[in-house]
Amino acid sequence: MIGFVARRLLQAIPLLIGVSLIGFGLMHLAPGGPLAVYTLNPTIQAQDIERIRIIFGLDQPIHVQYVKWATGIFSGNWGYTFFGGRPVLDVILERLPATLLLMGSALSVAILLGLSIGVLGAVKRYSVFDVLATTGALFALSFPTFWFGLMAIFVFAIELRWLPSGGMWELGEEGNILSLLQHLVLPTLVLALVITATWSRYSRSAFLEVMHQDYMRTARAKGVPPRARLLRHAFPNAAKPLIALLGVEVPFLFSGALVTETIFGWPGMGRLFVDALGMKEYPVLMGMMMFTAIFVILGNLLADIAIAAIDPRVRLR
Amino acid sequence: MTAAATLPRDARAAAAEGPLLAVRDLTVHIPVPPHVLRAVDGVSFELNRGETLGLVGESGSGKTLTALTLMRLLEPPLAEMPRGEVVLEGTDLMRLSEIEMSALRGRTVSMVFQEPMTSLNPVMTVGRQIAEPMVRHLGLSTRMATMRAEEMLRLVGIPDPARVARAYPHLLSGGMRQRAMIAIALACRPALLVADEPTTALDVTVQAQILDLLAAMQREIGSAILLITHDLAVIAETAHRVAVMYAGRIVEEAPVASLFAAPRHPYTRGLLASIPRIERRPEPTLPEIPGMVPGPAERPAGCAFAPRCGRAQPRCAAKAPALLPLAPGHRAACWNPEDG
Repeated sequence: MIGFVARRLLQAIPLLIGVSLIGFGLMHLAPGGPLAVYTLNPTIQAQDIERIRIIFGLDQPIHVQYVKWATGIFSGNWGYTFFGGRPVLDVILERLPATLLLMGSALSVAILLGLSIGVLGAVKRYSVFDVLATTGALFALSFPTFWFGLMAIFVFAIELRWLPSGGMWELGEEGNILSLLQHLVLPTLVLALVITATWSRYSRSAFLEVMHQDYMRTARAKGVPPRARLLRHAFPNAAKPLIALLGVEVPFLFSGALVTETIFGWPGMGRLFVDALGMKEYPVLMGMMMFTAIFVILGNLLADIAIAAIDPRVRLR
Repeated sequence: MTAAATLPRDARAAAAEGPLLAVRDLTVHIPVPPHVLRAVDGVSFELNRGETLGLVGESGSGKTLTALTLMRLLEPPLAEMPRGEVVLEGTDLMRLSEIEMSALRGRTVSMVFQEPMTSLNPVMTVGRQIAEPMVRHLGLSTRMATMRAEEMLRLVGIPDPARVARAYPHLLSGGMRQRAMIAIALACRPALLVADEPTTALDVTVQAQILDLLAAMQREIGSAILLITHDLAVIAETAHRVAVMYAGRIVEEAPVASLFAAPRHPYTRGLLASIPRIERRPEPTLPEIPGMVPGPAERPAGCAFAPRCGRAQPRCAAKAPALLPLAPGHRAACWNPEDG
């Protein structure tokens, strides 16, 4: 098992280098270049821009810039923001808790709901519930997240006035858990909606496939009652594809959080990304790209380890 | 009302003296529009304690469906189809709720399946899978049941049972897995074991070992066995009595020796003739039964075998013959049976 983990970690290194190369290249191919934003500012003169270019090292050949940036990434120095000159890593990390909170709550709600809906749908296949769940999932998947976000704000914040429309705290109540929870409800539901839909579909088909396996009939033939069959025999087998799904769903969560955070003014990484994009904050954008890549790779690694822990056949490879 | 009902005996004593299992008029008619597939069509047989009854027939003859029905293992929508009685130790299994039935499965009646490669749960250790019915039915602690599981593995002839109990199924060969399946099925010492083609998926050398094991376990535990197979050689080796199925019906039933020596139904005779025999060599061609098993649409009103039968008479096509005794313990459903 330790060898398995070590091997997977080593495999992640070339992947990260590839991601950093592509990301770095794309940023430099983007029109305008990092300093385009200053050219629109009338108070900044040509020699100032030239000075900034030298300070940030943008006058050096591109491969030198890449190597400096990449070695910085691996040694913890992710560069400095154009505006304010703050360390990029600090800027990202201070946004991380808000995003993790939103992602965590949305994911918990979605997995719990989606799994329950999926399992029920599989057990009572073609029932009224199953048909409704399928239709509902299709509905949730065919509308964009921002539409649900706007509708949620319209209904629950503006019309019913039950919940706040955005932000993380009420002004002056930073640190108040109750206020935080109130603000968390709408973005969580909106972000969870789409994930619930996918999860209910995937878990339904995963359980349907497992429930028709020969070993499930064996379990019945030895008198294992229905609930224990579902939990002890079906679940570990059906969980494997679902854990793999969780691993690859992390990037989707980031992009979903991006829209949701923007709509609800949630001060997380998604908002940071959108803001950085608007301000052409290249160091922040590249830093976030690397951060997301590391997250995705770690997520998949954890998923693989969990699958190996469940299924002894995976450990052999 | 029969005379038995008037006798001053309680039902349990009567059940103990009667057959262990009595299947009466078991019928599974499956609507396949525009036809009705009479997959099992009025099957009746009895099985005594400690006895092995071989149920033999071609694929599609309804033998596996019979087994799954009497285990009540059919899934919806098939689960609603069966009619008739399956009386095990005085209880009609067909009338039990799913909960009541699941208390009997694995304890009083168990099943071994054809496919040992897929019949074990791949993510559960072999020991846990054997221990599970003992925890459920005998109220053993997990530790106690795990010890008994190792004992069962030793009993079914698996070397190093302690290691195998901790192993996962993918590490075992097909024969080993079938031994483990038998250990699971017999863990609670059931009165009846239903074995559905238990050797079909195995190598020939392993087949004989598994049949020997079943016979040995029967001596050890005393379970009656309903052995379902398409292979007459397996029957000859293992069973006490045989029931031959054709197109959803039992066409002949007899003690093994009597059936092999003097088959009365033309279908049975055809089956026996189509077994290659070393002492008949060289034979130019293996005799075969002409024609095919009729599909649901072309099943005749009378005897289903009549269109393929060399001894068919006009009345064979008109009315299906009943399963009637022709000699002691020997019954056949034929208007014009072969000589005994």
